[in-house]
Amino acid sequence: MPMFLREASLKRHTVLDLLFRNLTRVSAFGVLVLLAAIIGSLVVGSMPTIHAFGFGFLTSSDWDPVNDQFGALIPIVGTLVTSAIALLIAIPVSFGIAIFLTELSPRILRRPLGVAIELLAGIPSIIYGMWGLFVFAPLFAEHVEPWLSDHIGAMPYIGPFFSGPPMGIGMLAAGIILAIMVIPFIASVMRDVFEVVPTLLKESAYGLGATTWEVMWKVVLPYTKVGVAGGIMLGLGRALGETMAVTFVIGNAHELSKSLLMPGNSIASALANEFTEAYGELYTSALIELGLILFFITFVVLSLARYMLFKLGQREGQVS
Amino acid sequence: MNGKLRQFVIGITAAAALACAGASRATGITGAGATFPYPIYAKWAEAYKAQTGVGMNYQSIGSGGGIKQITAKTVDFGASDMPLKPEELDKNGLMQFPTVIGGVVPVVNIKDIGAGQLKLDGATLANIYLGKITKWNDPALVALNKDLKLPADNITVVHRSDGSGTTFIFTNYLSKVSAEWKSTVGESTAVSWKAGIGGKGNEGVAANVQRMKNTIGYVEYAYALQNKMNTVQMKNRDGQFVKPEDSSFKAAAAGAQWDKAPGFYKILTDEAGKGSWPISGATFVLMHKVQEKPATGKEVLKFFDWTYDKGGKLASDLDYVPLPENVVKLIRAAWKAQIKDATGKALVQ
Repeated sequence: MPMFLREASLKRHTVLDLLFRNLTRVSAFGVLVLLAAIIGSLVVGSMPTIHAFGFGFLTSSDWDPVNDQFGALIPIVGTLVTSAIALLIAIPVSFGIAIFLTELSPRILRRPLGVAIELLAGIPSIIYGMWGLFVFAPLFAEHVEPWLSDHIGAMPYIGPFFSGPPMGIGMLAAGIILAIMVIPFIASVMRDVFEVVPTLLKESAYGLGATTWEVMWKVVLPYTKVGVAGGIMLGLGRALGETMAVTFVIGNAHELSKSLLMPGNSIASALANEFTEAYGELYTSALIELGLILFFITFVVLSLARYMLFKLGQREGQVS
Repeated sequence: MNGKLRQFVIGITAAAALACAGASRATGITGAGATFPYPIYAKWAEAYKAQTGVGMNYQSIGSGGGIKQITAKTVDFGASDMPLKPEELDKNGLMQFPTVIGGVVPVVNIKDIGAGQLKLDGATLANIYLGKITKWNDPALVALNKDLKLPADNITVVHRSDGSGTTFIFTNYLSKVSAEWKSTVGESTAVSWKAGIGGKGNEGVAANVQRMKNTIGYVEYAYALQNKMNTVQMKNRDGQFVKPEDSSFKAAAAGAQWDKAPGFYKILTDEAGKGSWPISGATFVLMHKVQEKPATGKEVLKFFDWTYDKGGKLASDLDYVPLPENVVKLIRAAWKAQIKDATGKALVQ
């Protein structure tokens, strides 16, 4: 005898299904609404400065709360430069970590090392800031910066970027601290995606006589490039928006300087520093517009990365 | 199943009821604003609650936030390190009064120079922060410190990176003693600095000064005292060199003519008086002149009344300086004259 669903029971299931579907839909669209609301309030909040300075806000390096003159150039440059330094250091190091963990490390070490790296990601950023200011900066000022300005500072083209008094804090120090902070993110994503590469592919390459490096560079990396790029973007996202750690070590000076050893400012740290005591419509509005710019930068960077991956995928079909 | 559900509902209801009861018992007065007086306000609130049962909940969100919150009437009082100008008070229907005095002290880290040895005057300090005096053996510094051996090293200037009442008092002083400072930089909780690096908070400035040689910075008096930092002597308006200590802050407060300052708009910088420390300032409380909830308004006034009577010892323990008696008298008179309920009746008689 076949079992029949009773009418009532069937109805109940349909209602529940409908309810569940709508619940998930509301959750998903809720995020969109929230995003729109945040952008909306940022735009409304920055209206006074948009009216007062227009696009000049982006190119002006003034920051004078006393006379209500504001410009975002210095924090924008600071944010981009520190994040770039962070990625320059973090990508190769993370790549190394991921290769070691997936290919070279003895099995017994993999788990403890992996956990240790993930733990690094869990440390609150203020701890990195404190450590940067009290431990890293003195060492950096005493041992690294004098060497940099003596040796590299005298070179013709890159020299000006590495000269200046050894203060231990500044753009370079902030970039290095950021690199330490984003390495666990990038490294653990890279490790995870490297692990899903089919053994068959790797074994075949080894079988053809490829070295470990060749396997990594020519088989594993192309196979996982979307994941790797995603990990890097995750790290970049964190570096762009990082607040407390950068505030402690960047020097917080509204000054545009060629040298990476000199203090600068980033958008997030300017916000953290000045929002609480900002008084006056234009001042608050300038800070909110900084927030909007950071939002925009993050958006552009992420979209560019997506576009790059898309192009890369397209070309692949044609070439090979 | 139904039994379990009922238990659950009962549990939730009971928890909610308890939470409500807790909330209603905790109603007291609320305030928000400056971070500088937070430690003493918290201490006062604790002692006051123990004595009277009335709680005071203070959120130290910064002076700017305090001004916004009191203007929007989301708190019973706001607090600011920077007094509002009388016209700004009138615009928002506010009145303000000082609660405690604090000071700002320059701190230095120079080889072989101990605490309180270096002497500075206002003009020299301004020129250092303007980036015009760049070496410790500058003739201006040597002239003030004939007995010290100053090194021929560059001065590294450290300032606050965050907006701060401390910066306001400091830049207000420099504006009073240096015309160039006034015209090129000015006074505010955050300014466009001409030299140096920024540290976040007193601790950020202190860390940079203690870590690097040949530095000068400025921090709150209490912070410098508790961390035993190398302070300097300042030449005051009367031409005397004074050290930062309780008595010199009191002297500055006592010498000030509060009765001639409408809306208590008075910053205690560059005050007359032989022993007065030139970089002092009070921290302020803001209230609406017309109290929509007179009962709460009365509680706020009672609280601050109590702090003037009984809170002095607690303030001194935390290295704040209580207001002198004559100023307190003026404040009580201002309450009587200015704070009213909606019908125009004074809250305190």
